[in-house]
Parts: sequence; C-alpha cells; structure tokens
Amino acid sequence: MRRPTLLLASGALVLAAAACAPANDTSTTASGAASPAGSAAANACAKESLKLTTPGKLTIGTDKPAYEPWFKDDDPANGQGFESAVAYAVAEKMGFTKDEVAWTVVPFDSSFAPGPKQFDFDVNQVSITPSRAKAVDFSQGYYTVKQSVVALGGTKFASATSLAELKDAKIGVQAGTTALEAVRSVIQPAKDPSVFNQQVDAVNALKNKQIDAIVVDLPTAFYVTAAQVEGSKIVGQFAANGGQPEEFGLLFQKGSPLVSCVDKALGELKSSGHLAQIESQWLTAAAGAPELK
Amino acid sequence: MTEGEAAGSPLWVKSERQRRREAELRARGRRSVSVATASTIVVVVALVVVITKSPGWPRVQATFFSPEAFAKALPDVLRGFLLNIEMFLVAEVFILVLGLLVALVRGLRAPVFFPLRALAVLYTDVFRGIPTILLIYLVGFGIPALELQGTPRDPVTLGIIALVLSYSAYVAEVFRAGIESVHPSQRAAARSLALTQGQTLRYVVLPQAVRRVVPPLLNDFVSLQKDTALVSVIGPLEALRQAGIHAQYDFNYTPYLAAALLFIALTVPMARFTDHLAARAVRRQTGGGTA
Repeated sequence: MRRPTLLLASGALVLAAAACAPANDTSTTASGAASPAGSAAANACAKESLKLTTPGKLTIGTDKPAYEPWFKDDDPANGQGFESAVAYAVAEKMGFTKDEVAWTVVPFDSSFAPGPKQFDFDVNQVSITPSRAKAVDFSQGYYTVKQSVVALGGTKFASATSLAELKDAKIGVQAGTTALEAVRSVIQPAKDPSVFNQQVDAVNALKNKQIDAIVVDLPTAFYVTAAQVEGSKIVGQFAANGGQPEEFGLLFQKGSPLVSCVDKALGELKSSGHLAQIESQWLTAAAGAPELK
Repeated sequence: MTEGEAAGSPLWVKSERQRRREAELRARGRRSVSVATASTIVVVVALVVVITKSPGWPRVQATFFSPEAFAKALPDVLRGFLLNIEMFLVAEVFILVLGLLVALVRGLRAPVFFPLRALAVLYTDVFRGIPTILLIYLVGFGIPALELQGTPRDPVTLGIIALVLSYSAYVAEVFRAGIESVHPSQRAAARSLALTQGQTLRYVVLPQAVRRVVPPLLNDFVSLQKDTALVSVIGPLEALRQAGIHAQYDFNYTPYLAAALLFIALTVPMARFTDHLAARAVRRQTGGGTA
C-alpha cells in the first residue's frame, strides 16, 4: 500500500517540527548561580549578579567598520574614540576591568532583530525614538546629536547660509540614520535624496560630485571635512524637527535586566562630569559650525 | 462523424466492465485527492502551531508581520518598486541587443575575426564572473570618478549600465547555446540553396535558435527583475531601499516583507509564462504526443 506511507511521511514531518523545541537560555543562569546569596539581594547591579551573554564578561556590540570620531582605527577595543571611551567608562562603573570587556561585530540591521542577542548592549550611534523603543530597550541618552550639512568648497551650496538655500541640492545620507528624516522634514529638498549603505559610499558620491551635499551628525561632519574629503566644508548645523533633542542611546535586547544598571552607571558618569570630559576629548567642539535656520 | 450517422448506426454502449473500471478510477482519484488534502492540512496546521507557540513568536509577529508597519511603508515601497520596473524594462532591451551581438561575434568563423572573437569571450568571462553587486559598485562609483565629460552621474543610469553589462554576458551564452543547437544540416541545406552566410543566419539559424532559448531567456529576466534591487547600494530610492529606510527608522522588518511580496507579484506570473512557453515548445516538438 502506498497511501499510508504518505500519512506516515507527514507524521514524521510533524515530529521533526516538534523536535525544534524552544531554546533555553541556560547561559544566563550560570553567572547568577555563582554569586553569594546575600550580596545579590543587597546590590542587584553587582557584577556577579548580572545576567550576561557570556558569564563574567561584558559583551558590547558595534558595527564594522567603526568610524572616527566614535572609534579609532576601526578597533573598538582600544578605548579610543568617543563611543569606545563611553563604553569602557560604563563598564568600569559597573565593576568590569578592561579585559573583562569583549567586543562583537553587530551590523546595524541585525542589532534590532528579535530573539536572543549576541551582546549585552550595542553602541552604534543609535538615536533613541519612541517607535524604535517598541523593538528594543534603550539606555538614557549619552550624547545629544545635531545634524549638519557638508558640501565641497567652492560649489553652489557650500556658501548656503539658510536651509532654504539647500532646497535644490541633491543630498546624500547613510541608510538607517535619522539624518534622512531630518533632511525630509527640515530641508525638504526638491529632489529625492540618495541613500547609501555605508557612510564611505555617501562620501565617495560627494567626491564624485554625484551629490551636492551630505547630511551627517556633527562629529562625523568634522571627521569628514578634516580627514575624508579634501576641500569639503561644513555648511552648517541644524536641529532635527520636533523640538525634542535627538539623543544617542545604548541598545539592549527588549526586556533586558541590564538597562537599569547601565542607566545608573551613565547617571553617575554624567553627574561626575566624566561624560562631558570624554565628549570634549573626542568630539570637536560644536561651536565652529554656524546654525542653519 | 455527423449526428445523422450516429443516430443511424447502433448506439455504442459502455460495457459493464468499462463502467466499473471508470468508477474505480474515479474513486481512486477522489481518494488520492482527499489524502493529499488531509496530509497538507496536517503539515500546515503542525507548522503553524509550532511557529505560533514558540516563545519568540509575539516578537517575531510584531517585527515581521505588523499590519501598521506594512500599511505605513507600502506607499513608499510601491513608489520605489516602479523604479525597479523601469530599470528592468530599460535594461532588458539593451541586454537582448548586446547579448545577441556578443553571441553572434563569438560565432564568427573566419580567422580574420579572431580579435573580435577573443574580445567577446573576454567580455562574457569577465562580466559573468563578477558578482552583480560588485559590478554595480564598480560602475556606480568608478565611472563618475573618472570625471570625464559626458559620463553619466545619475545612479539609476549607472545601475542600468551595470545590470546590462552583467546580464548581457549571461544572455549571450544563452543565445550561443541556441545558435549551436541548430543542426549543421540546416546550415548546409541553406547554403546549398545559395543563401549567403548572413542570409543563412538571418532566415534559417536565428529563428530556430531564438525560439528554442525563449524559456531560459525569460528565466534570466526573472532573475534580472530581482537584481534591480541591488542597485540600491549606489543611492536610488528603489523598493529595497525604501523598505530598508522604513525598517531602520522604526526597527521593524515588516517593510521588507512588503517589498518581497511586490517582487513575488511580478516574478510569479513571469515564471508561469515561462513554464507555459516551455510546455508549448515540448508539445510542438512531439506533435502533441508523449514521445
């Protein structure tokens, strides 16, 4: 008989599907078990009682390549560059030594994928927005962002003094950044902006004169003009629409118990002035760029 | 047989055995359909249950199947998709012309044409060898960097150029296969009728060759439709990029699903059409039989 084998086959398929049982995240319990019972209750943010991706290590994610001035030499682990310095300062406040911090590469697109994450938190110039907060958890902001316009010196748009003068410009931005929204809602250019996968592509298009200007956050703009595109200049800076200041936050898996502990560490860094000090060390003072209205 | 003749002759009646045979066949048919239906339902239900009961399902549902995110992204994705179709249609014309040209050059026999032939071989080897996305990067950022007078700067134009370079190399090979599949006796017969080489190619070889390769050509065009999405890397706001913008703005992958559905809506009819043409070609060759 042939037909029963068909039924059997589908039965086997069902069994196979059932065998894909939900994965348990056993790794997180290991570090909890090691902690002394008393101190865990006393201090929920003690290093030993944290639920970490890799026990005993603080795993931090960021995209590759990691750009200046946020990181230096594409090496987040060297402690240089603004975000690397912030990450290490937070780790230190939480009681981790430098060798207890592990870095992992997390492409921007996968940082917000549902499911277990390969990092404890991700630091990648991610702007905090309410709609994003539905998919992931954010720490409090560690940097307030201003958008800025970069053009090649001597071109028509390099001498613009107002946003209205940029209306006819062909503008390039990097995908996934809030710069695109800022361009659309604030500059409202007549031509569709060009959107590139990576910052270096937008910079190349600017060099090739395929676009008239790029819009990036201000610290990146300083890096672009100083090191990436010879003869380029910052036309000016502008605030993204809505009045609410735009802030970068550390990104966590939804429901991560680490958020409050990291927030506490960030709060201490802010009140002690350490965060401001890191900012002035790595991010050029914003005073040099004129405001565009 | 006309009606009158049928009425005049004794009516043909199915034998008892034939009736039983047909009833048995019908019953078997019904049984196999119902078994197939039942087993499909069992498998689908099991899959749905397993997926929706998994602990991560609510998050997956919210990030991949969000109706609000879908509705919000669809107008932009659709607008981008029109650009994909435009790129596809423009590229297709050039690909057919260039592909056929390269195939014809490769078919030139005279020794004097060796350099041309070598060039055609090089062309297919190089452009078929480079991943399409790399070619789009190289053309998209390389050509404008030359800063020559009159070189295109528009990313859509550059993207179309890259697609034409890549796909005409594939299509050239398809055409060549078609041309070589025409039996040598056809050429010999044409030549013996005093047709020139050119006339032989034009009236005897190419019509047969092209008809034979229509299904693989359409297959390549289904592929081309999807690869227009790769042009997003050099800047234009086509469907994939529009979906990506929405996905990255709201941290929700549903817009990608919207783009995927649009591509399916375009490629599935094309795939069925290809199947239909292939089946028709088989029917014609076998004269409707099953040889």
